[in-house]
Amino acid sequence: MTQIPLTHILFVSTALFFIGMYGLFTRRNMITMLMSVELILNSVNINFVAFNRYLYPEKLEGVFFSLFIVAIAAAEAAVAIAIIINLYRNLHTIDVEEADEMKF
Amino acid sequence: MSASAVVFYILSTFILVAGLLAVTSRKIFRSAIWLLFSLTGIAGLYFWLQMEFIAAVQIIVYVGGIVVLIIFSIFLTQQSGKEMPPPFRSRAIFSALAVCTGFALTCILLRNYTFPAGGHAAPDTGVANIGSQLLSTTEHGYVLPFEVISILLLAAMIACIVIALKTKPGDK
Repeated sequence: MTQIPLTHILFVSTALFFIGMYGLFTRRNMITMLMSVELILNSVNINFVAFNRYLYPEKLEGVFFSLFIVAIAAAEAAVAIAIIINLYRNLHTIDVEEADEMKF
Repeated sequence: MSASAVVFYILSTFILVAGLLAVTSRKIFRSAIWLLFSLTGIAGLYFWLQMEFIAAVQIIVYVGGIVVLIIFSIFLTQQSGKEMPPPFRSRAIFSALAVCTGFALTCILLRNYTFPAGGHAAPDTGVANIGSQLLSTTEHGYVLPFEVISILLLAAMIACIVIALKTKPGDK
């Protein structure tokens, strides 16, 4: 594991972050946008774990931050999907360009 | 190149290719499956970093929870065989341009920054150690964030029920 420099792991997580960003910019379906957000959150998690493992291997701070991010991501996904399904029941679409009314 | 390095490069290629397919695939169900592969690859990367607990959490919560939730909502909201409309050409070009610029900029920054060398002490990432530090009230304890996050999860659960109970204004 020590033959790989830390920068290579950071390159991977940066690439994953910008892949998620590209999806967030180009997709118009709400569920696929949610998937892009999950990719972005995962790239942040990789960063935390890699920093913990390489720079401060005697501590566990990065692991705790990753655990809390995972918990928040789970809560966020649940609420987002509840909102999306409610929007679908009311507007019969989950396209962000067509769902332009706040109150129904 | 040692076997460990080969494993790392294979894992990262797998993660990035699956992630790229997840954001560009035109069929939404395939997109969800590619996302599943990408998240599994990230769990493999955690195993490669010898962080077994966080890898297990990744598999249980993301692969077993969030992706299944996403697949359920895909079945509830649309026909999964139908292709989604392609993104607007101008928007796709400009976002690809912006994303590539950002990636190049970050890579240059990373390349020029030298990280301080860490110690080589083997970390104690056993579940017992993680659990006792997560719930300890001493200096490096995380019991307050732990309680806050449990309240957040409770609030999210109640919020989901409240949103799901809402009816259309036309009904009854």
